[in-house]
Amino acid sequence: MANPAPDLQCLDLTKDFDDFRAVDHVSFEVPQGSFFSILGPSGCGKTTLLRMIAGFQSPSSGDLLIKGASMIGVPPNKRPVSMVFQHLALFPTMNIGDNVGFGLRQRGVARAEIARRVDEILARVGLPGVAGRRVDQLSGGQKQRVAIARCMVLEPDVLLLDEPLGALDLKLREHMKVELKSLQAAFNTTFVYITHDQSEALVMSDNIAVMNRGRFEQIGPPQEVYHSPDTAFVAGFVGEANRIDARLVSVNGPVLTLESESGAALSVEAAQSGLSAGQRAQVFLRPEAIELTTSAEGLEGRENVTKGTVASVLFNGANSSVTVQHASGTPISVALPQTGDMAKLRPGSTVYTSWHPGRARVYPAPGA
Amino acid sequence: MTTDGSKLGFYLLLAPILLWLVVLIILPHLGLFWVSISEKIGPREFQTGFGNYVTFFEEPLYWRTFARTAIMSILATALTLIFGFPIAYYIAKLTRGRTKTTLFLMCMIPFWVSELVRTFGWMILLRETGVFSNLLQYLGLVSGPVEFLYNDAAIMVGLVYTSILFMVVPLVTTLDSLDDSLIEAGYDLGGNSLSILREIVIPHAMPGIVSGCIVVFMLSLGNYLTPILLGGKDSLWFTGMIYTQFITRFNWELGSALGFLLLALSSGVVFLGLKLSRQSLADTMGRA
Amino acid sequence: MIPTVPQPGFAKWCYRAYVTAFFLYLALPLAVVCVFAFNNSVFPSLPWEGFTWAWFFGTEAPFIGVFNERSILRAIGTSAFVAAWVSALAVAVGTCNAFLFVRHSFRGKSLLYILMLLPLIIPGVILGISILVFASAIANTLEDATGLWFDGLRPGLILVILGQFSFITTFATLVISARLQKFDPSLEEAALNLGASKLGAIRQITLPFLMPAILASAVVSILMSFENFNTTLMLVGSESPLTITMFDKLKQGSTPVLNAVSLLLIVMSAVLGILSLLFQKPKR
Repeated sequence: MANPAPDLQCLDLTKDFDDFRAVDHVSFEVPQGSFFSILGPSGCGKTTLLRMIAGFQSPSSGDLLIKGASMIGVPPNKRPVSMVFQHLALFPTMNIGDNVGFGLRQRGVARAEIARRVDEILARVGLPGVAGRRVDQLSGGQKQRVAIARCMVLEPDVLLLDEPLGALDLKLREHMKVELKSLQAAFNTTFVYITHDQSEALVMSDNIAVMNRGRFEQIGPPQEVYHSPDTAFVAGFVGEANRIDARLVSVNGPVLTLESESGAALSVEAAQSGLSAGQRAQVFLRPEAIELTTSAEGLEGRENVTKGTVASVLFNGANSSVTVQHASGTPISVALPQTGDMAKLRPGSTVYTSWHPGRARVYPAPGA
Repeated sequence: MTTDGSKLGFYLLLAPILLWLVVLIILPHLGLFWVSISEKIGPREFQTGFGNYVTFFEEPLYWRTFARTAIMSILATALTLIFGFPIAYYIAKLTRGRTKTTLFLMCMIPFWVSELVRTFGWMILLRETGVFSNLLQYLGLVSGPVEFLYNDAAIMVGLVYTSILFMVVPLVTTLDSLDDSLIEAGYDLGGNSLSILREIVIPHAMPGIVSGCIVVFMLSLGNYLTPILLGGKDSLWFTGMIYTQFITRFNWELGSALGFLLLALSSGVVFLGLKLSRQSLADTMGRA
Repeated sequence: MIPTVPQPGFAKWCYRAYVTAFFLYLALPLAVVCVFAFNNSVFPSLPWEGFTWAWFFGTEAPFIGVFNERSILRAIGTSAFVAAWVSALAVAVGTCNAFLFVRHSFRGKSLLYILMLLPLIIPGVILGISILVFASAIANTLEDATGLWFDGLRPGLILVILGQFSFITTFATLVISARLQKFDPSLEEAALNLGASKLGAIRQITLPFLMPAILASAVVSILMSFENFNTTLMLVGSESPLTITMFDKLKQGSTPVLNAVSLLLIVMSAVLGILSLLFQKPKR
């Protein structure tokens, strides 16, 4: 086939609970073999969406296709999707081998064949020879891999993952991110992953959908979602950003001039902001987009230069930052390079901040 | 427990439990065994021997009643499990919040009431002049009064009724602790209702099943009211025999032997149940 | 199987029907007992002769109501007396046991715990006869040795109280232990740190925390004592508690006065039972 149907396709999918719309006209498709993340705060409807794909909720309207076939009315045990549950849902009454072989037993596969395929899949996830162990004899990371093996042994068209890393401690979570990504690449199976943790989504995904209040705000590769967020919500939710409430003073070609609520003048490049003079707006500025200097020298000709004092220093290795209090307005967070005299910054030090107009994003204020 | 004060406190706490267990449980049962191996050879004259146990095995009425009581109790336990499991599952997994509390309460209320009252209710329903007999006559299905009382089926109805709560409560507790996501995972991996019941739900509910079965079996075996009142005077229940020996015949030696045999049977079945299901007494009963 | 997995409508309907039938089965015997308490007939059976309060308040034979039937009133009094003693003893010993099992570790603890559970798996009749045999043996020995009478060790209320106490204590221990296990010992340590004495800390901090479980187990003990039959049957003397009195009357052939007593028992049990659940409801 020249243009095969994507593994997963959602068309105008909507789910209403009694008086609450959990998923609101969501449409997207996931091509074969890609890692697709749905990122959003808790309560945004991402779990409902995932459970509709798995078959544990039925959509109020819209269609759901897997490899081109509609799944509406197909019970969960007949769908070619498998799910890794939030708390993994490994069966505590069975050993690892019986857990992984469960799905094959349901299909009536011969016993010897089951044993062979279980051993094979356990070896592929890097856990050879654990089939005889009990579930509680494994570590958190090993359980993750068993849960994935239990699904992958069935060779599903789509693997759904419901925040499976949430329960792990930080170190292990960092490690599992890398491992999940490489497992996905090795199996070349379509993964649909939901999370509220933006770093998980950014590290692992081919494409990210940012979800808020039942809607998709943006779908795109991680770089695009991070660097050119479509909406104020995405800009605020993905990565860290300083938000400055402002009013648009004038539009000069691609360059907008704004006045912040505290009275500072801001200059932002935004080709198609859709804003007009006098409108209220929100400016988002990433901490690493702001340049920090201890003296005004060499800042001639730069834009958005402001003098301020250091309010606090938050040392966190490579992710260190300082909060800078300008003459007026709320303090802003600035990434702190671990070089030179920056290391000597103390609360009360005088600093200058500057940023390029192209590195900020501007959106209409909500309700404006 | 390093200071003298807490040592004293420890012994003060230990005293009541030892007093209770030694004086009211251990010594009386040793005494019971001692009496059961005493043979009466004259007025207030006894010798030690197993004569009372020999009597039990030589007299068919005794050991047949014993076997009958055991078999009927096993049957009652099985029926209670079969009838109670769907109810427990319904309460634990298919209801939430207020409905769940209400259904659970509706299960409990009959069992806070004396067993005597419950059995009395069944007598009113089942006897010749009772509600069922009259209902059948009124419907024209039978021409004369029908006696539903005084047979084994009536005993079985009463036994199941009397003990079903002790099956439902532990089952609801264990099934409640079964995470819904395990059942969902079972479906997600292609299982159907039957295979999930067999491979996921029942293994998880095993501690509850075992503790429910142990309690129900024991209650049936030691029941006195239900067989006597629903089964009639000739219902042949082993507790009835013990009562007769103790209170009517005043043959305490034989009565003790019969009592000890009943105790041995009930402990044996409990032990076997625990071993077969690899559960411990503390785990299954400690959560009662 | 669970709400999130779709099931055919017919299966769901059958399941509902079964559950409904089950609850009818549960309610039926109690319902008829209550209904026939108001039948204007000397037999608790059909036909329905009309509504009457006579089985509660009647004074003329054969319609002697519960509140005028001397033997039943006395039996209720006896039962209440026994229940009060059993409940007080069981809760006191149960609280000690809870502290022992939750707060202390000692050699033989697991063995003692199993022994504590044993009364649950000993049939009530056996519990009754073993205590009867043992008490009589002691009484015989003492009487032979001293020539005095020891009526307290012969079948009677003291033995009934001891017999019921011997297994109800296990339930009290389990209920109170479960609550004590949830207690955060650092609260007591905080009280000690603030200058309270050990006993003072237990009295002011731990016991109030345990109070719901203590009240609940007291109520459950009263219920169990009131309705106990098997153990009591073997130990009862001349004064019999309510269940034994009712059993004797039932064997002689019942009149609806038994229905009236039963109705009162049902109401009392339901109220006490719900009370015990309310005590156990976590308030915070």
